Formats: sequence, C-alpha cells, structure tokens
Amino acid sequence: MAELEIKNLHVTVEGKKILNGVNLKIKQGELHALMGPNGSGKSTLSYVLMGHPKYAVEQGEILFNGENITSLTADKRAKLGLFLGFQYPVEVSGVTFKNFLWTAYKAVNNGVSYVDFNEMLDQKLEMLGVDKNFIARYLNEGFSGGEKKRAEVLQLAVLKPKIAILDETDSGLDVDSLKVVASGIEKMHQENLGVLLITHYQRILNYVKPDFVHVMIDGRIVKSGSYDLAKEVEEKGYEMMTSG
Amino acid sequence: MDKQPLVIERDYSRYEVKEPDEFVYKTKKGLSKEIVEEISKIKKEPKWMLEFRLKALEHFFSRSMPTWGADLSKINFDEITYYIKPTERKAPTWEDLPEGMKRTFEKLGIPEAERRFLAGVEAMYDSETVYHKIRDDLAKQGVIFCDTDTAVKEYPEIVREYFGKIVPPNDNKFAALNSACWSGGSFVFIPKNVEVKMPLQAYFRINSQQMGQFERTLIIAEEGSKAHYIEGCSSAVYSADSLHAAVVEVIAKDHAHFRYTTLQNWSNDIYNLVTKRAHAYENAIVEWLDANIGAKVGMKYPSVFLLGKNARADILSIAFAGNGQHQDTGAKAVHIAPNTTSTITAKSVSKDGGKTSYRGLVKIFPGAVNSKSFVRCDALILDEQSVSDTIPCMEINESKVDVGHEATVGKVNDSQLFYLMSRGLTEQQAITLIVNGFFDAFTKELPLEYAVEFNRLIQLEMTGTVG
Repeated sequence: MAELEIKNLHVTVEGKKILNGVNLKIKQGELHALMGPNGSGKSTLSYVLMGHPKYAVEQGEILFNGENITSLTADKRAKLGLFLGFQYPVEVSGVTFKNFLWTAYKAVNNGVSYVDFNEMLDQKLEMLGVDKNFIARYLNEGFSGGEKKRAEVLQLAVLKPKIAILDETDSGLDVDSLKVVASGIEKMHQENLGVLLITHYQRILNYVKPDFVHVMIDGRIVKSGSYDLAKEVEEKGYEMMTSG
Repeated sequence: MDKQPLVIERDYSRYEVKEPDEFVYKTKKGLSKEIVEEISKIKKEPKWMLEFRLKALEHFFSRSMPTWGADLSKINFDEITYYIKPTERKAPTWEDLPEGMKRTFEKLGIPEAERRFLAGVEAMYDSETVYHKIRDDLAKQGVIFCDTDTAVKEYPEIVREYFGKIVPPNDNKFAALNSACWSGGSFVFIPKNVEVKMPLQAYFRINSQQMGQFERTLIIAEEGSKAHYIEGCSSAVYSADSLHAAVVEVIAKDHAHFRYTTLQNWSNDIYNLVTKRAHAYENAIVEWLDANIGAKVGMKYPSVFLLGKNARADILSIAFAGNGQHQDTGAKAVHIAPNTTSTITAKSVSKDGGKTSYRGLVKIFPGAVNSKSFVRCDALILDEQSVSDTIPCMEINESKVDVGHEATVGKVNDSQLFYLMSRGLTEQQAITLIVNGFFDAFTKELPLEYAVEFNRLIQLEMTGTVG
C-alpha cells in the first residue's frame, strides 16, 4: 500500500519563504481535502510534492513508501506513482492530446501495447463523458476552463497513479462539469487511489466525500479533522482558524 | 480511421550503412574543362549539352564565392571527385543491383515503399541513377518519370525547351557548378489534366567520400495536372567533406497543382548548396515542403516566380541545426502577375551549438496588383550555445498589395517541460515532444509514412544516436 509522507517541509520560491513546516501523511485509498485561503501555500505544496525545480526545499523531506524522493525529478516521481492535476494545465502546441497520452502511458508502464491502450482509453473517455474529437486536439490548446480540468482527470484515469494531488481541479467548472469530474475522482478513489484534493471552496466536497480535511494557513497546516471541518470552514470562514 | 501516433521505436542503424566504394568508373580529383568533357563523353551527350556545360564551367570559374551566407571558405574544390559512376547500366529490378547498393536501399526502405504506396521511384547512388521505375498505368497515361540523363536522350525536345530556363547557369556559383557537372536527378512530365494520386519518390544517396553529387531535376506539370514529388537524401558518414549542389527546375502551367517535398538528412560532412525554383502560371499552385535536418552547411531557398494571375505559392521550410551545423535556409516568392498569393512558413530548431538562419525574399513587381504575401518565421533555441537569426527581405514595388510578416524566437518553456515531466516523460522525451509539436505544421502535411520518417529523424537528432 503506497504512502506519501511529508515531514516538516520548509520551502522557498525565488528566495521567498512559502511553506513553514508542513506535516502530512496520505495513504493509498484515502481522500484528503486541503483547504485554505489564497496565498496560504496550497499550490506551492502541490508543485513541491511533484518536484518543480523552481521550489527549493530548505528543510524537511518528502517520502514515498519510505523512500526519500525530495531530490527526484518530476518524471521519476511520476514513475513511482505520483500524479499532479494542475490548477492551470499547460498548452503544448502541435502535440495531440492522444499522442501525449500514449507517450506518457508508455513512460509510466513497461511493455504496453497500443491496441490495449486504445481499448482502455475508450473506456475512460466514456466514463468522463468525453468524445473522441477531444483527444485529437492539441494538448490543452484552446481548451475551455472546464475542458482543461476534464483533460487533467482523463490523464489521471489513464495513468492510474497510486497517489494524486489535485490542485483546484474544481475551479472554473460549471455544475455539470463539476459533477462529472467529481464522480471520476470518486470512482478512482474507490479503486484505491490516494488523493490530496486541494480546494479553495467547499463546493466539490458536496460530491466527493473526504476522509480527512486539513486547513492550511501561512504555509502550515493549522487544523486537521474529519468532513465536519469542511462544513465548519464554510460556515465560519478561515478567520476563526487564525484567531483560534 | 484511427492512426497510430507518430512515436517510433528507435533503430537508426539503417542510416549508418556504409558500403565499400563500389564504382565502375570515376574521374580524377579536381575540376577542369577536360573533366567536364569527359563526363559529357561518358554520357554520349548531344553537342548542345556539352556546350551548355562548358559555358557554365567558365561562369563557375569566373564567379567569386558567395560570402553573404554560411561559411563556405573550407570547401576545397581540388579535393573533390566530380563524377563517380556506380554501375555499368541501370538495374531493371532491385534484385539486379550490386549487393551493397541493394542493401543500402533496402535498409532505407525504398523497395518496400515502392511496393506499398508509390507511383514511381528513382534511386541515385553517387553520380548516377541506378534504378528507376514508374507504374504501368501512369506510363500509359503519358506520365514520364526517369533520370534526367535518360530524358536528354529520349525526350530531347522537351528537355531542350526548359532545361536551364528556370535556373540559368549564371544564377549563382553553385548553379553554374551544377550546370557544368550535372549527372542524374529526376525528369518528371505530367500531361495535361492528369492527376498522379500517389507520390513519385526520388532517393539520393552519397556513399563515397569527398565527392560532389550534382543531380539535376526538371519537372513539367502541364495544364490542369496534379502531382506530388518527394525526395529523400542521406549519406554515409566520413571525416572528409563532400558537396551536394543540385538544381531543381519546376514549371507549373495554368491550373496545375504541384507539390515538392524534401526530407534532407545528409550526414554532417556534406555541404548542401541547392538552387530550387518554380515558375507558376495562371491559377497554378506550387508547394515546396522543405525539411533540412542533416548536412554540415545548408544554403537553400526554394522559390516560386508567380508569373500568371491567381497563381499561388505555399512554402514551408523546416530546419534543424545541431552541433557543427549551420542551416541557412528560407524561401523566395516573386510576384510578377496580379492577384498572386504567397505564404512562407519557416520553422527552425537549433541545439548543441547549431545555428539556423532564416533568409527570405518577397518581391512584388509593379503591376502585380492585389497580390498577397504572408511570411511567418518561428525559431526555437534549445540551449545557450545555439543561435538563430532572421534575415527577411521585402521589396514591394506596388502599392495595392497586402503583405505581412511575423517572427518569433523562443526557448523551451519551463512550465511545458515540468508539465510533461510530471506525466513521466524524461527531460529529453519532453523536449523531443515539444520539438515534434513545433514542427507539426510540417509533419501534418506529409503522407503518414513520411511523417513517421520525419519524426524518426527528429528523434534521432534529439537523442544524438548518430553523430
């Protein structure tokens, strides 16, 4: 059973301190929601967990199944079974979404066949209610906000990581898209995916029920609890966390 | 149809074939009147052609080396062998080729491609065409596809009418050199209103070292005809430089639609100095798709003279320059008639100290009213050691025209790199994918088999499997 453990993580970006000692443990099959106001360090945490070279770990470590992965490049982390759903997915012109999916699929799985890949891809498209023309387009280019988020969830479904960090996968979605995306995440969670769901709003938690909720403020997790904590945040706002 | 994505398993051994020198005759090193006379004599040419050659040779000797482009100062004309005859006669089938040549073309996949999807094939080895064939049904419709030497003998009236008219020998020093020493190359004639649906393929291979390959191609697309000609080139790798100086002349008559595609993959010891030009008449469309991946130095600017109203030129020029390479490439569109249109798209990638230069000309003559031209150049520079420059030239002598130019120069974007790597791609795989995407405007124009080949070549350059 895979496990991602974050121990006393201190991180700077271009000399600016963003994370001030984050501790968190996510096991495969668990769904954690990380909430917090803008600028609290949620996205920084997601980038640093995936190994973005711009984010410097000053102190602490990231462990995957007990192995220290703090200095591994992003591709090696992906191969171990870690995934990051981007808040702002990046456009890559001239590369079709399908070609990209196949390239990535081959990168994380050994000895796969193109026929099997196609069969699997068809199932995932159906699950997310996406038609085939979607994957014939260039990666994220000209995608609407909702399409970009669906594209992230499709990648998640195809690559089947052990633990996924989903950075505001719910933002910019209308209610219908939100339901599709949420049910996709929920389904993969049922199939034993470990999830760190980063969100600014409580909205998605109406559709995806977390096992644990954490609140991050000023680069620290200030409170952890059950689903009830999310409701508390919604009612009282983040203010009470800082004052309390 | 669900196409297999263009991601290829890597086996580049086929480009590395080097067969022992195999030839039945070669001239001694260096260039002189005697050598040119000897070449002409071996070919048993008519007198007019010998005179054409000798006049061109004089021009070559009298003209100074061009210094406005890539560095050509290291070319030693005295060390080059100007004519190497590989076989006594052309082979009627691939089986009849000498073993080494047969093996080379088989590794390059040419006989198989012929069986599967080509309308005709010409294969040139050093100085001569060793095999050519066209499908019977096309031959019956009057389509001619053979080497230019054969054409001089069998279709003298057509050859004489057009040969050297589009690119005159005094056009530039290397056109003069080609005109003096030319051997091999393709002759293509598409009769009126005939459409050749499958591509015609020529393959140019240099096996010997320190030689000059001077193929000469002449293409006539008669009124209302349509065809696609594809050329590939590659060479065995040596430490001493060779020279490839071709001349290509294309005539697209009224309403003709002709596409010329090049996948140039010379080894990095070849000077590739080629003059390619087309004349487009009323409502004709000429397309140059020109990919320059190999060679040490490349200077090539495919051009279209828009001579008839409503004629159109679409030029797509791709360049890749790695360590020790300079690709000085681009395009020219010359608008002479009214309502003519040209688009030029140039894309280049430089890596490991390579240099790319876009050099282009759009010229609009007085009276070419309502002409439109759009030029777009994008350069991608992969590291600090590599460079790219853009030298676009516009000479607009008519006011009622619409001309645009856009240029971008960029590096690989860090956020793209991180995004792709977060999905498991190594840094090199990620950059290769970005580069393939950058060239997609070119790749998607190619027939599938060639798109696969092109991506394979790019991957080869990116991973540096072959020097």
